[in-house]
Amino acid sequence: METGISVLSSRMSVGRVIYLDHAASTPVDARVLEAMMPFFAEHYGNPSGIHVQARASAQALEQSRREVAEILGCKPKEVVFTSCGTESDNLAIRGVAFAAAQAGKGRHIITSACEHHAVTHTIAQLCENFGFEQTIVPVDRWGMVDPADVKRAIRSDTVLISIIYANNEVGTIQPLAAMGEIAREHGIPLHTDAVQAGGYLDLNVDRLNVDLLSLSGHKFYAPKGVGVLFVREGIALLPQQTGGGHEGGRRAGTENVPYIVGLAKALKLAQDVRPTENERLARLRDHLIQGIQAALPDVQLTGHPAQRLPHHASFVIPGVEANALLMHLDLAGICAASGSACNTGAAEPSDVLLAMGIPPQLALGALRLTLGRSTTAEDIETVLEVLPTVVRRLSTLQPR
Amino acid sequence: MAERGTVVVAMSGGVDSSMAAALLVEQGYGVIGVMLRLWAACSTRDNRCCTPDSIAAARQVAAQLNIPFYVLDYREAFRHIVVDYFVSTYAAGRTPNPCILCNAHVRFGLLLKEALALGAQYLATGHYARVRRTETGEYQLLRGLDLTKDQSYVLHRLTQWQLQHVLFPLGDWLKSDVRRAALQRGLMVHDRNDSQDLCFAGENGDYRAFIAQYAPQLLRPGPMLDTSGTLLGQHRGLAFYTIGQRKGLGIARAQRTYVVQLDPARNAVIVGNAEELGRDALFASSVHYISGQAPPSPARVTARIRYKSPDIPATLTCLEGDRAYVQFDRPLRDITPGQAVVFYQDEVVLGGGFIE
Repeated sequence: METGISVLSSRMSVGRVIYLDHAASTPVDARVLEAMMPFFAEHYGNPSGIHVQARASAQALEQSRREVAEILGCKPKEVVFTSCGTESDNLAIRGVAFAAAQAGKGRHIITSACEHHAVTHTIAQLCENFGFEQTIVPVDRWGMVDPADVKRAIRSDTVLISIIYANNEVGTIQPLAAMGEIAREHGIPLHTDAVQAGGYLDLNVDRLNVDLLSLSGHKFYAPKGVGVLFVREGIALLPQQTGGGHEGGRRAGTENVPYIVGLAKALKLAQDVRPTENERLARLRDHLIQGIQAALPDVQLTGHPAQRLPHHASFVIPGVEANALLMHLDLAGICAASGSACNTGAAEPSDVLLAMGIPPQLALGALRLTLGRSTTAEDIETVLEVLPTVVRRLSTLQPR
Repeated sequence: MAERGTVVVAMSGGVDSSMAAALLVEQGYGVIGVMLRLWAACSTRDNRCCTPDSIAAARQVAAQLNIPFYVLDYREAFRHIVVDYFVSTYAAGRTPNPCILCNAHVRFGLLLKEALALGAQYLATGHYARVRRTETGEYQLLRGLDLTKDQSYVLHRLTQWQLQHVLFPLGDWLKSDVRRAALQRGLMVHDRNDSQDLCFAGENGDYRAFIAQYAPQLLRPGPMLDTSGTLLGQHRGLAFYTIGQRKGLGIARAQRTYVVQLDPARNAVIVGNAEELGRDALFASSVHYISGQAPPSPARVTARIRYKSPDIPATLTCLEGDRAYVQFDRPLRDITPGQAVVFYQDEVVLGGGFIE
């Protein structure tokens, strides 16, 4: 059967697809893929075994652990490999909460109003089903948490503080080190979801003053399906997945060696190019933001204007519904997002935007453009041509 | 743009709209698949439009056809335009047909405008109906070639402007051929159940369960009377009854008994025998003509008073104020206020209105 593939790719998209959704996922770097390849069919042993095949896998696994530890500035044994960022968040929060409750330390958790669902839904379940209580500290109009609020929220039974490093929807970077200092003074572990920060920001756990830190490989050019949880030595953690004593007894299950090798390689590559690539991305990103604001004066930047991820531009657009906008951009060959993924077409304002004081109606017009290694100045010019046209066309449409 | 232009096709995850999309792709159109999310209630019935299952089915077909696919949130508009009308019509003692309003104002209203804004020239659906352009440039709506599946009744409010932008790829197809063609093309949905009318009602298309949940005031019991006013029993709420209904009345009478009238002022259901039910004429209001103007009348037509009822020969007289008088050649048992009466001349839809 003749399909529409030629029609659509050649006529409905203008030239190549411009991918500006790197906060959702990134392509696997060719060097990463190359590093992974031997561990599928050549060195396939289970790292727990004793034979030559097992040793090859175990060596790659521990080498990867050392590489990740070096970047985090921690001990290799403090690195736990997981299946994704969400699992890392779950393990950190449940693991610490249950261990603390078991030790009779309390059941109070502090978090912020700009967390990812992997954190908010996990804490919500602890509260609904396991007798925990939470204090959600507010964010300001930029999506920034005030460390003083965290300090005020601390109670004698507080067992965990979980604050995102950089927000996925608005890109705001939190003052983690200051909060870590407060947490340390009170002897409370600080966890951070660093999934969005992984490829772009300093991950040194001592400079950040954090005790637990979650990463996800596919946000920095490793494949989907592999993540990291840093757990500082001495932090009590009840494993959430039991079985063999893998990962220092903290996460049972045969290690996903090729993906772990890929993650370590990708993290190293990302951190190596960080200074120059961040500068390049920020320059393109700033040009994008200025261009959009010049063409569409009603459009508001969301998130902090300066303290934000270098590749991250996010907006709210009055009178425009995000899903319609994304559809128009897609048909014009531009991959964008509204901030939180939803494929059922349901328009719900984001909790994070509402917490920043953005009115619900305006929050429905959220647009997130996240740049990456393949993004060129030409791409940005194309977006600056297409986006204002699409927005103007949509604003004249009768609302649904 | 594709040689034949760009078309947005409204997909439901069913076999008809899937085949419509496939045919358009084969005919050389640039095709964009969309699915309307119309109603929020969760249902796992797989022939319900806009359930997660249906969305997944439509998405899969779109992937097979290699066309873009989007789900559009029309819940707000659907509630205002269709559901509120549905409930208020029942509240007035009439029997609504929500699909007609949905087609006129949501699917071929808001969605058509959105499709044009996307850069498409057409909106297509899997309806069994045909559009013909006459030599004078007028657009006509015709019955679907498969008379057993013909859906022109629910499309009778379309305007010249809408018809100009509408494609019905299945209009000259037989349903049995559609299933076979879908199977031949390996479309995963070839054996899915047909989409149901009353897509937003609950399990088994039972609108009464829907009313019970969303408009419980329509379920207030009241008197069931005969045509002379004698109390025969209690009814369970006007929304449970429609003109001509014989089953589930809960009363025992010697002769066959039918609902002959719903009286919202007294919250009463009036029942009678077959002779009391029959009428041979009706007035219709909000009458719309496909051509944009009333035909010379009196005119000989055939008329349908329900979606699935047969054509009855009748004489149509167009009246002032978008009203019409329809005199049938023989009495009918189930002339039901609120339902549409649609006028045909052979295969051409003249238009229609709502029974007073």
